Amino acid sequence: MAILRFAVFRFITMLATLVVVSVMIFAIINLPPGDYLSNQINELRATGQSSGVAKAEFLRTEYALDRPLWEQYLIWMGFAPGPHGFSGMIQGEFGWSFEFDRPVADIVGGALWLTVLVNMAAILFVYMVALPLGVIAAARSKTWIDYTSAFVGYLGLATPNFLLALILFYYGNRYLNLPIGGLMDPKFEGEPMSYEKMKSVLVHLIIPTFVIGTSGAAAMMQRLRANLLDELGKPYVETARAKGMSETRMLVKYPLRVAFNPFVADIGTLLPAMVSGSVLVSVVLGLQTIGPFLLTALKSQDLFLSAFVLMFVAMLTLVGTLISDLLLALLDPRIRFGGRSA
Amino acid sequence: MTALLKVEGLTIGFGNAAPVVDDVSFSVDPGETLALVGESGSGKTLSCRAALRILPAVAQVRGGAVMLDGPDGPCDLMGLTERQMCYVRGNRVSMIFQEPMRSLSPLHRIGNQVIEVLRLHGTAKGQGARKRVLETFERVGFKDPERIYGSYPFELSGGMRQRAMIAMAIVGKPDLLIADEPTTALDVTTQAQVLGLIKEIQHETGMAMILVTHDLGVVANMADSVTVMNRGRVMEAGPAPLVLGSPQHGYTKELFAAAPMIPESSEQKAKDDGRDYILEMRNVSKTYTLKGKAPWHPKEHVYAVRGIEFGVERGKTLAVVGESGSGKTTCAHMALGAEWADPGAEILFKPEKGAEAVNLQELGSADRLAFQRKAQMVFQDPYSTLNPRMRVKDALCEPMEIHGLGTHGERIERATEMLRWVGLSENMLTRYPHAFSGGQRQRLSIARALMLGPMFLVCDEPTSALDVSVQEQVLQLLEEIRDRLNLSYMFISHDLAVVARIADEVAVMREGLVIEQGPPEALFYSPQHPYTKALLAAQPEPDINRPIDLQTVSQGAGKPTTWPEAFRFDDVTIPPLLETSPGHKVRCHV
Repeated sequence: MAILRFAVFRFITMLATLVVVSVMIFAIINLPPGDYLSNQINELRATGQSSGVAKAEFLRTEYALDRPLWEQYLIWMGFAPGPHGFSGMIQGEFGWSFEFDRPVADIVGGALWLTVLVNMAAILFVYMVALPLGVIAAARSKTWIDYTSAFVGYLGLATPNFLLALILFYYGNRYLNLPIGGLMDPKFEGEPMSYEKMKSVLVHLIIPTFVIGTSGAAAMMQRLRANLLDELGKPYVETARAKGMSETRMLVKYPLRVAFNPFVADIGTLLPAMVSGSVLVSVVLGLQTIGPFLLTALKSQDLFLSAFVLMFVAMLTLVGTLISDLLLALLDPRIRFGGRSA
Repeated sequence: MTALLKVEGLTIGFGNAAPVVDDVSFSVDPGETLALVGESGSGKTLSCRAALRILPAVAQVRGGAVMLDGPDGPCDLMGLTERQMCYVRGNRVSMIFQEPMRSLSPLHRIGNQVIEVLRLHGTAKGQGARKRVLETFERVGFKDPERIYGSYPFELSGGMRQRAMIAMAIVGKPDLLIADEPTTALDVTTQAQVLGLIKEIQHETGMAMILVTHDLGVVANMADSVTVMNRGRVMEAGPAPLVLGSPQHGYTKELFAAAPMIPESSEQKAKDDGRDYILEMRNVSKTYTLKGKAPWHPKEHVYAVRGIEFGVERGKTLAVVGESGSGKTTCAHMALGAEWADPGAEILFKPEKGAEAVNLQELGSADRLAFQRKAQMVFQDPYSTLNPRMRVKDALCEPMEIHGLGTHGERIERATEMLRWVGLSENMLTRYPHAFSGGQRQRLSIARALMLGPMFLVCDEPTSALDVSVQEQVLQLLEEIRDRLNLSYMFISHDLAVVARIADEVAVMREGLVIEQGPPEALFYSPQHPYTKALLAAQPEPDINRPIDLQTVSQGAGKPTTWPEAFRFDDVTIPPLLETSPGHKVRCHV
C-alpha cells in the first residue's frame, strides 16, 4: 500500500514539475527577439507581397500571438480560452507549425512513436550490454577481460556518434547487407502495420540502436563496475562467503543487488540524454524521429513546433525518473520503508 | 582427544613483502574456546580467515596446514577444492564478524539471509528450514521471531543485528564458530549480554569457538585457552588461567598493564566547598525536530538532552559516560557553543576565577571567536579528523591562521613546541597524516587543539579508536598536559574503566538524562542506580575469577521503562535528580 501512495505522490509532483517546465520552455523560446510570423511579415513587406502579409496577420490573431506573453502561454497550455475557446496542450491541441504550414500534431505524429521506439531499443541495448560486461569486469577486475572491456568501452565513448554511424553504414551494408538510412523500407511508409513492415523496421533499427547506445553502454558499464567493486569490499560479502556460497551465486544475490541502485536510477537521465543526443545521429542516418524537426523548428523560431518537441522531451525525462524512482522503491527496502521507524 | 582444528606453521604475506603472519600455530579441541589475543596488525584476524580461506585476494598463504577433524579423520583445508571448501564454510565452521551494522546485506530480509545457510548446505528444506530458523531466533533471544524473520537489518539495533549474525552462524549447527571481535562495536552492556548468549549456546551445543579479540576482559570471561599474538607471531599460548594468572611473556605483561581497570580500593578525596566552575551547564536541553513522514504528518521531536545540570571545575575533569544515543556528544557540542541549546538554557563560561561568567547562548560573533580560542575539542577518530592532504605543519597552524594570530614564523615555532609537548619530534612537521599510527595521530589531534592555548578541552571519546597499549599512553599524555597547563576537561566516553582513571567527577547519561552523578569513588563503589550497576557489572575484567554478572546487567541495561519502580522513567514522568550523599546524585523517585 505504501508503494501505491508513493506512486500517486510522485505522479502528482511529476505533473507539477511538468507545468513549471512548460513555463520555462515557453519563456526561453520567446527570449530571442522576434518570432516566426513577424520575421515573415517583415520579409513579405520588403518584397511587396501583401497577400501573404494578410495570411500571416490572420495566423497571428488566430493563435493569439498579438497578446501579452503570459496570455499566450496560458492559451497555449489550454489554461485560458483563446480565440477558439480552450484549445491548448492539455486539450490535445498542439498548435500550428508555421514553418511546415501544417498542424504540429500531423508533423510529429508518426515521428513520436518512432522516437520512442528507437530510444527504447537503444536503452535496452545499453542495459543488455552494460550489465553482463560490467559484472564480468568487476568480478575479474585487473585481468585481461577487465582491461579489454575498458578499452573497447572507452573507444565507444570517444568515437563521435555520427562518425560511428557512417562507418557502420558502410560496412554493414557492404558485408551484412543492412539497409542504409531511414527506419523502414520506403514502400512501407504510410502503410498500416504488418508483419513485413515490422520486419523492415527491426532490420533498420539495428545500426541506429548500436550507434545511439554505444557510448551510453560504455559509461554505464564503467559505473556498474566501479559500484560493484566498492560493494565487493563490504563486510556482508565476506559474511556470504563464510556461509559457504559459491562465488557466482554470492555475487548475483548480494553485491549486484546493491550495485543495481545507481544502475536503475540512471534510467531517468538516460532517456532525455538519448533523445537529445540522437538528434545529430538522426539527421545523419535520416531517421524520421523528432530530432530533425526540433533542429529545424529551433532554427526558424517555429514557436509551437519547438515548444511541443521540448515538452515531449521533458515529459520523457520525468516519466523516466518516475519509473526509476518506483523501481528503486521496489528494489530497495531502505527507500521503501524510509519513514518506518526501526 | 584429537584437536578439532589444528593450525600449523601458518604463514601469510602480501605481495613480496615480509610475511604478516609468520609461522603461527594453534589448536582448538571440540567444545573448547580458544582466544586469539592481540592488537590491530597482529595478524589474528588474517589467521582466522585463512582457516576458512576467505582472505583478501592480495594475501597469499605461503605455507602451513589447517587440519579440520571430521568423521573421516583430519583433512587439510588448504588442499580442498573451492567446492569442497564451500561445504565446510557455514556448515562445519561458521563465522561472526566485527561490524554487525555492515555484515548483513541491507537489501535482504534477515530470515532470508539466515535460512540461506540451511538451503545452501541442504540441511533442511521448506517449512522445516523455516521452523529451524525461527527456533534459532528464539534461542538467541528474539522475543518475536516471526517479526525478525521479515525485518530488514536497518530496522534492528546493533545488538539485535549481532544476535541475528549469531543466529546465522549457529543455525547450521557447526562444529566450530570463529568470532572475530564479535562485541567490539557494541555498547558495554550489550556486549555483556551477547557474550553471555554465546557462552550459553556453546554450552548447549558443545561447539568449539575461536574468539578473536583485543580485550583481555572478554578473554577472561570466555576463554579456556589463550594464544597471544603480536606482529604476526605467537607470543604466548596456554590454558587461560595460566596465561591470565601469571603471564610469562613480556608482551602479555604489557597488555595487562595497559588494560584500563576500575581501581581496587576506594579512597575518599577531601572536597572543598566553594567550587570554581570554568563551565557550568544549567537547565540545558536539546530537542531535534524531525520532518514528518509526509508533509501533512506532524513533526516528530527527539529529546537528545533533557535538563542537564553540571559543571566542569577548573583544573579538573568531568567525565560524561553513556552508550551511543545517550546524548553525551550533543552535550559536548553545546559545551563548545557548536550547537544551540533549547531556549531557557544557561551555559556559563568563566575564563578566570572570579571573572564574570559569559553565557554561550547569548554570545555575539566577536565574543564567540574569543571564546573558541579558549575552548577546543579533541575528536574520536584520529583517522578521519586530520585532512589527509594537509601536512602536519599546515594542520597545526590552521587554527592560528583562522584566528589571525602570530606571524608565519611564530606559528611554526608554536607548532614545534606543541609537537614536543605531545611527545612527537619536530622533524615530523612536513609529513602527511598517513605516515602516522593511530596513537600518533591522536597526539597530533591533541597538539592541534592546544595550538591556541585553550583552558578548556572537550575530549570526545579520544581513545576509543585506539589499541589498549596506545590508549594508555594517550590517557597519560592528557593527564600530564592537564596538570601542566591547568586545563579543564570535559571527557566523553562509553568506557567506565577509562573514565575511572582520569575523572574527578562522573555523570552517567541515558536517553538524554543524567541518571547518576558523583565523584568516581562514590559512583564505582556504591552505585545507586540500576543502570550504573549494569554498566559496572558489564565491564569485562581481565581476571578469570571475576566473571560478568549477567543478572545485574540485564536488570539495568534494558529500556528505562523496565527499571525498578523507583527509577523508572518515560517521556512524560521523569524522576528528579536527588542528592543521596554529598556530591552524589541519583535520578529516582523518593
